[in-house]
Amino acid sequence: MVKVNGQVIEDADGMVLIDLLKCKGYDLTRIAVECNGNIIPKAQYSHKILENGDSFEIVGFVGGG
Amino acid sequence: MKIKINGKETETDGASLYRIKSAFCPTVQNPVVILNGFQTAEDLPVQEGDEVVLIEKGKMPGKDVLEAMISARHTPHVYEKVKQAHVAVAGLGGLGSNIAVALARTGVGHLHLVDFDVVEPSNLNRQQYGIRHLGMLKTEALRSELAEINPYINITVDTVLITADNAAELFAGDEIVCEAFDKPEAKAMLVNTLLEKCPRKKIVSGSGMAGYESSNSIVTKRHMKNLYMCGDGETKAMVGRGLMAPRVLTCAGHQANMILRLILGIEEV
Repeated sequence: MVKVNGQVIEDADGMVLIDLLKCKGYDLTRIAVECNGNIIPKAQYSHKILENGDSFEIVGFVGGG
Repeated sequence: MKIKINGKETETDGASLYRIKSAFCPTVQNPVVILNGFQTAEDLPVQEGDEVVLIEKGKMPGKDVLEAMISARHTPHVYEKVKQAHVAVAGLGGLGSNIAVALARTGVGHLHLVDFDVVEPSNLNRQQYGIRHLGMLKTEALRSELAEINPYINITVDTVLITADNAAELFAGDEIVCEAFDKPEAKAMLVNTLLEKCPRKKIVSGSGMAGYESSNSIVTKRHMKNLYMCGDGETKAMVGRGLMAPRVLTCAGHQANMILRLILGIEEV
């Protein structure tokens, strides 16, 4: 079982992080991703395999300041 | 008893504000009186350890008294902490220029201002600049503004484009970095870079403050151990929806207050 922003995602074990992010519609240039309390460097998005018990927090940024 | 008058430890028998006033500035007709951060015209009782500021209304006081005056409006014991703090503001636009002004007024002792750009006419609708600043570097324009507001803080500036390659080194001396960029890719770049490379640094970021939606949708959230985000999280600047002072300043106020809380050791939003 994998959690993303507090929500349980079924059948995500074994998936690569970048596929989950794309499937959820995230723009990879406008987010920060944390897994179990640690930031995931962008270079690892395509290597990080989702494991049972992982809890992800994905933060998106919008323009304006 | 010992109290502080205009920032100086003073021995006095005066047990109330009126008695202290007549002892220390009998000739001043219309004084401003502040007791422990609260301005009052009443003859309130004064106790050991209290901080009193007495000053002539509308007059420019001496340096020591002015600094005591600025800090005296804060809650007691805030000033000692903010004076030691090192805070960076990354991006000196609508968010950053207003956040820097709030932090300067609060007496944050070391402000590090970073921006590569100059002031242009389209900035005037929400940024802390005036006509006289047009064409100036934002770093220099804001430095001169802050010096007018609070001359007793240390300001350093870097006129440089912040990138993933220079960010960690650039902000090495700052405990707290305020992300105040305009473009979402730049926001994400700075937050990712600092969270990866500087695991102890606190970051206070802004996202979602365009338009004239309700002020009440702008909130402060803690997203990761070291990342705080202010804004509504979704209302982006776009064609047909501009950035205007009221909501930008609301978000800037959220960021500045979260920075103050972090300086005071409070990590909850």
